[in-house]
Amino acid sequence: MKIVHSWLLDLAKSLPDDVDAIAETLSDIGLACESVDRVGATVSGVITARVIRTERHPDAAKVHRVFLDSGDGVEHHVWCGAFNMQSGDVIPWATPGTAMPDGRSIETKSIVGIPSEGMCCSARELGLGDDHGGILILDPDTPVGVPYGTALGLNEEVVYDLDVLRNRPDAYGHVGVARDLAARFGVPFSASDGSIKATGALKSAPVEIVAGDRCPRFTTIVLSGVRVSSSPDWMASRLAAAGMRSINNVVDVSNYVMLETNQPNHAYDFERLGGGGFRIRLAREGETMVTLDDVERVLTAADLLICDLLDRPIGLAGIMGGQNTEISGDTTVIALETAWFEPLGIMKSMQRTGLRSEAAARFERGMDPYGIDASVSRFIELLRLTCPDLVVHEGAVDARTDHLPKPAVVEVRPARVGALLGTQFSAQEIVSLIAPLGFVGALHGDTISVTVPTWRPDCALEVDIIEEVARHYGYSRLGTTVPKSTQPGGLSPIQQRRRRVREVVLGLGVSEAMPHPFLTDGDLDRAGLSNEAVRLLNPLAVGDDVLRTSLRPGLLKAVAFNESHRRNGVTLFEVGHVYPPSDDVLPSEHEVLAVVLAGHEAPAAVAVWRELASAMGWGARLDQSVVSAGLHPTRSATLSAGRDVVGVVGEVHPDVLDAYGISQRVAVLEVNLSLLLASEPKVAQWKPTSRFPSSDIDLAFTVPSSVTAEKVEKSLRQNAGTLLVDIALFDVYRADSSAESRSLAFRLRLQANDRTLTDADVAEVRDKCIAGAKKLGAQLR
Amino acid sequence: MTDAIDTARSAAEARIAAASTVDELRALDTELLGKKSALADVKAGLGKLATVEEKKSAGQAVNEAMNAVRSALDARIAVVARAERDVQLKSETLDLTEHFVAPGRGRPHIVTQAWQRLEDVFVGMGFQVAEGPEVETDWYNFEALNMPPSHPARSMHDTFYVDHGAPGSTVLRTHTSPVQIRVMQTVEPPIYMIMPGRVFRNETADATHLAVFHQIEGLVIDKGITLADLAGTIDAFTKAFFGEGFGSRLRPSYFPFTEPSAEFDIRSPDGSWLELGGCGMVHPNVLRAGGLDPEQWSGFAFGFGIDRMAKERHDVGDLREMYTNDIRFIEQFC
Repeated sequence: MKIVHSWLLDLAKSLPDDVDAIAETLSDIGLACESVDRVGATVSGVITARVIRTERHPDAAKVHRVFLDSGDGVEHHVWCGAFNMQSGDVIPWATPGTAMPDGRSIETKSIVGIPSEGMCCSARELGLGDDHGGILILDPDTPVGVPYGTALGLNEEVVYDLDVLRNRPDAYGHVGVARDLAARFGVPFSASDGSIKATGALKSAPVEIVAGDRCPRFTTIVLSGVRVSSSPDWMASRLAAAGMRSINNVVDVSNYVMLETNQPNHAYDFERLGGGGFRIRLAREGETMVTLDDVERVLTAADLLICDLLDRPIGLAGIMGGQNTEISGDTTVIALETAWFEPLGIMKSMQRTGLRSEAAARFERGMDPYGIDASVSRFIELLRLTCPDLVVHEGAVDARTDHLPKPAVVEVRPARVGALLGTQFSAQEIVSLIAPLGFVGALHGDTISVTVPTWRPDCALEVDIIEEVARHYGYSRLGTTVPKSTQPGGLSPIQQRRRRVREVVLGLGVSEAMPHPFLTDGDLDRAGLSNEAVRLLNPLAVGDDVLRTSLRPGLLKAVAFNESHRRNGVTLFEVGHVYPPSDDVLPSEHEVLAVVLAGHEAPAAVAVWRELASAMGWGARLDQSVVSAGLHPTRSATLSAGRDVVGVVGEVHPDVLDAYGISQRVAVLEVNLSLLLASEPKVAQWKPTSRFPSSDIDLAFTVPSSVTAEKVEKSLRQNAGTLLVDIALFDVYRADSSAESRSLAFRLRLQANDRTLTDADVAEVRDKCIAGAKKLGAQLR
Repeated sequence: MTDAIDTARSAAEARIAAASTVDELRALDTELLGKKSALADVKAGLGKLATVEEKKSAGQAVNEAMNAVRSALDARIAVVARAERDVQLKSETLDLTEHFVAPGRGRPHIVTQAWQRLEDVFVGMGFQVAEGPEVETDWYNFEALNMPPSHPARSMHDTFYVDHGAPGSTVLRTHTSPVQIRVMQTVEPPIYMIMPGRVFRNETADATHLAVFHQIEGLVIDKGITLADLAGTIDAFTKAFFGEGFGSRLRPSYFPFTEPSAEFDIRSPDGSWLELGGCGMVHPNVLRAGGLDPEQWSGFAFGFGIDRMAKERHDVGDLREMYTNDIRFIEQFC
């Protein structure tokens, strides 16, 4: 919201004329000032001059010579590259030494040995618009030798760009901002009392409200003696500073009053108003009207229309007027509409039509239902400046329905104010703090009955008033204390375990990635996974609407990206949520850990799993008999704990790698962290370390391919019994990939706690192990 | 007898002097001083001597000789062993800058690092950490936070709607605030909790905004909590996280779920201000939605972005860079 400094000072004359102080105070009272801009500033050193004559020079094809009269009796010569001026034209002339807004400094320069005294300026060079098609030609009556800003009636204005939040609809008008500032600075502020003196004959624009819930108040007044002309300079420059173009005196006053009082209004050409009055009703489904912007709008039964008394639509209520009653150059009588519309209805119409007019934006946020009179009075006062013969007719209409909001009264307990703010205020202090804001407090025993000003629809509860107290007292004056937490801080066991998971995986040399949680249509397919997924209804890009069910697609994209940048062999992990479909209130969202090891084969992923499982106290069976979607059919396994499948491990299917454009093998581990982190791992219990020597046995078996190494290992463990302290598979030999068996070599370390093992002890274990393995079909080599 | 002793001793000493390796010298130990050595033979023959006097003096002589040989041997071993170790050490010379690949360690994501640093600071201030789902119901994301359907403030959030359940009933959470409600519903006050997590806004990403990013929120609910407590907590956090030279301030603002509401800014030691996040006293309607009586309990909440903490700390020029998963980016950070 653009708020003009000079305008504020008009409304609250005792405010300090100090831009920094105002900007800082605005932020301090919650009207965050994003920037302070100076607009309409003129370039000093640029004065008006009349063109005496122009001349070409045979050696300078692209420029011509311009001779200027600036009223000092000397003929000034300037080289100029624009040819749009003629003798007698008045133009802005940048004299030597002028510092231009673009940073150039104008010096006396020579072309073909003839010096140029300064420069003729285009509109753009002076910051007056985008026109750079030629030199700016001024009104021929403009006096010469004066600053061009004076000639053009330009006023420098300081503009505060405020970030006005949803709870402060009143701060969209200068009055609202001035009132807040005046309260903080402790200076007087008085808004217009809204009195209107009607002196003309009875001339009325009657009003018939059909949709009373959507239009609780609609006022009209007829004004004649209007002469459409241009606005005074000061008004045009303030409008420009606030971001509005000057059009003519009537439109400008309409806009000016809105920017000042915040109340939109609409002026109709009374002569063109069918039936001379208004009817406010809902549109019929499919009904059309042409709005001021020359667009034919197709309406719905939820749009509110302003019609004339012949029932012809003449305005989309609160949003935009129609073309048919627009005032024109020969309008002399206007009917001024000033109304209050129900905000939600306007918001919905606005969203449906996509029309965001200044008026609609205000109605949508909630206007003051009782601010109409002051704005009408101000309209008349300002229009009279350019229409001295203006006649205000008797017969003003103020149509209201029962839906017009009544001023709210809120009970405020001073004790509660203190309890929430941490500073105690007496009832009287509270009443005085909020009085300048328009809140009227009356003491009733222990409470204050606060009548909320009708321009503050956000204030409906005691806390809303407490905020006003805090805001105008100053947040920074309320002090700082630190509450005493009576509970110990800390991470939950699950959060602690999650950190441990990250540490273990990082320690294995795997880095953390954070892929996007949305997938593109087809990503799951390419990963060989089921396409069944929850989708977004309004994705940012068409097709980017799949909520992931697996972390694999994102990590595979990361592998492909890095491979395409000549970084093979990246190892990445992610801890993130997946959102598989469910029939419950929400998708069955849970946390997953996925690891991808590019350039590695399946056992590398199994090793990561084993390391994690051992660090975290997790246990799971590797089941290679179930082939998981998207994984290598003969190099992958599911991880099961009890009846739960907790994850998959192995290698990515070559088809999937092809689909993602990856040319390396990728080992992968993906586990359900929500499940795994939920169970509390057993705390490892101490086993005494033996002081006696240990003995090793190496056993190599020829084992059928159908028997897993895990099975052999399990059998060896059982048979070695309590003497076994360590077992490791240390060699695998396969003659060729089609062989029906392979050699597996294990090393067992035996040790007793109470004695040195004898050869007989070791031999006994060895025999038992061999016999046990034999039952699985494993032959000692 | 004396001659035999002297001869054996001289022979032994000559052998010791001639030996050039520790291994050779260790072998000489048995040969020169063992049971079958020349000196042992002499010692064995002592019994044959006639008188006690003779036995005594010859015995002394043999022992002296054996001790002398032992000393000579030990001395020689020490010298040779030292020389051998010197040769070994010299032969093992390495240029320690001739390294190939450094031992690989994984790099945590910089957002995770910021997340954990924030958690640690708040844990130190007595906070616990709560989490919640990223796909939320409209009720938790909006309604319970004092934003009933068609509340104008909903337009402050660009929401992703999820095709799940009744149309409009499910969203990707636009803030971590729904976790506040879930905490209030399940935890008896006093509550001192932070809620970090991933949030979503339906807006096109640019250098300073992301559609998917991370927030951390704090929620304190206890008896007699005031706006001054909020200001003090923000200030304590600022000093703990950014450093002692930093300060903070609150400015009035508007959020539907807090009243009074504020923005909080951080002041660097150089005097410049950084807008960090939003905060305020928990709105009574929000306390009620969480099942708490606003007359009995009061509290405050605050929240800000985690991604920006990482961006500022590492001076990353564009937030989107942090999510490219480019190993060349990841490897730049510890």
